Amino acid sequence: MAQKSSLSNRPLEIRWHGRGGQGAITAAKIIAQAAYLKGYKGVTAAPSFGAERRGAPVSASTRISTEPVLVVSQVENPEIVVVLDHTLLKYPDVTHGLGKNGWLIVNSPLSPRELGLKGEFNIATADATKVCQDLELIVAGLVIVNTAILGALVRATKIVDLPTLEKIIRERFSRSTVDINLAAINKTYEITKTGK
Amino acid sequence: MAIQRKSNMLIIDGNQAAAIAAKMSRVQVVAAYPITPQTPLTEQLSLFVEQGELKAEYVAVESEHSAMAVCTSASIVGARAFTATSSHGLAYMHEMLHWAAGARLPIVLACVNRAIGAPWNVLNDQQDSISQRDTGWIQIYCRNNQEIMDTIIQAYRIAEQVHVPVMVCYDGYILSHTEMPVDVPEQADVDRYLPPYKPHTSLDPADPKNYNLVTLANPRIGVDGKLCHGYMELRYLLQEALQNSRETILQAGREFNDIFGRDYEHMFWEDRNDDAEITIVAMGSLAMEAIVAADMLREEGIKVGVLGLRVFRPFPKSDVVQALRKSKLIVVFDKNISYGSEGATCSEIKSALYGTYINASVRNFIVGLGGRDIKARELVEATKKAIASLKETVINPDYPEWICQI
Repeated sequence: MAQKSSLSNRPLEIRWHGRGGQGAITAAKIIAQAAYLKGYKGVTAAPSFGAERRGAPVSASTRISTEPVLVVSQVENPEIVVVLDHTLLKYPDVTHGLGKNGWLIVNSPLSPRELGLKGEFNIATADATKVCQDLELIVAGLVIVNTAILGALVRATKIVDLPTLEKIIRERFSRSTVDINLAAINKTYEITKTGK
Repeated sequence: MAIQRKSNMLIIDGNQAAAIAAKMSRVQVVAAYPITPQTPLTEQLSLFVEQGELKAEYVAVESEHSAMAVCTSASIVGARAFTATSSHGLAYMHEMLHWAAGARLPIVLACVNRAIGAPWNVLNDQQDSISQRDTGWIQIYCRNNQEIMDTIIQAYRIAEQVHVPVMVCYDGYILSHTEMPVDVPEQADVDRYLPPYKPHTSLDPADPKNYNLVTLANPRIGVDGKLCHGYMELRYLLQEALQNSRETILQAGREFNDIFGRDYEHMFWEDRNDDAEITIVAMGSLAMEAIVAADMLREEGIKVGVLGLRVFRPFPKSDVVQALRKSKLIVVFDKNISYGSEGATCSEIKSALYGTYINASVRNFIVGLGGRDIKARELVEATKKAIASLKETVINPDYPEWICQI
């Protein structure tokens, strides 16, 4: 079987950090699906392996490539890190391995500069929590920011475009929740601030 | 001529791929223990049954031992049976695994490879299925979710032709919980590929028979006056069935390609072995990561190929020898350990090479136990270490090295 790969086809890697119940894993899957729809042949989406608990820190990963993805080990040097809960930034493993030209996307009311982070990566912030509160995107008392934060991700990195994302949201979500999720994505896209 | 096929790509995890494959294989009985160490695979199947998408009897049993007992009984009265388990569940099934193979029943089992305690660990390695190596089951390992889907469908073809149960093994979490694109076949094509199950013997009260009754060592005259096999002859026939199953496995892979356009006429996967002086051997998803490692080594001018083991039982000795004929060094990575000896696939490779003209050095590394992450760059480092070791001795060491922090 001729299954070739080359280093130039190293997949783009996104690592997601959130708390159990926030939907980080779903976000990882939505971006994988959107990238596939955009024509990337190789996509994978995985949760952090093992037991997960509501409220506890969780992570997930997405890999995107023009070729089928052969790498199955844990993400080590992500190009993009998405943080659904800014209180997780106190843990050093959240930004670990994020390179010079990488992007850190954070759900936070603060501006990139105000986060006061050390590192040479680019930063994008948006108050996705407020967007979702205003839209009442709340399930069982929990503000669901996982779709909203995708707006910030798309704005900063252009990894996929909003119409592609919209298609996936329409496929995945029930008719009654599509509009509110799309509104959350669009609003967060608008208010995203970028910097270093 | 290329046949135009409708592509139905879904981005799904390994468990979903396995569940859809079992559904499309039109399994008639699913028996499974629903709690830890089970995976969402059987949840998905029970949903299919509940929603009427799969016309099967779903038996939620109280243990994995019972799950295999139900599959055995179902198979013996003519039903296509499926189960899935992992880790301790497979260990608990051990006795009935022997029974299913001894009774020559074409059951298919999805083994989601996970570590065995003590200590408790729910993560990936292949110790569970390797520990069942000698139960008389065919074992096939998958590298990705497409292979999970395709192999389960092929497994019924193989099992029902050679009357040997098939264990389809795939890495826990690394594949079972990771989503990737999978081309889902058309039901009509699966039906064309996989005709309904016709049992070689079926128990029916209308036509009473003895089956698997106490069978002593020597052949003796049965109630019908005919000479019956003794225990040992029956055991020989099981061994013979596995020995001869290679052709059926390859044929099932070839015909799968004819219908679905994906070639499985392979006992193992090869990547750039043609001019390789060094071959990396791995099984399961690690065999994909190994291709990335080979890329990295080739960029440094080291001629490396990959042999990704697919069919572990029957072990394809002659094919392996043919594939390794140019190798000077074989580096075998095992996600299992036969304590006091070495990794199980390394033993197989060494055994296959014995008495051939190939005089390659073999180095064995134990990796990834209990979900320990193993990266392409670590495979590269280990391979370089193996190359360096040749300066000291070409003789194969007695014991493997471990990639861990001791």
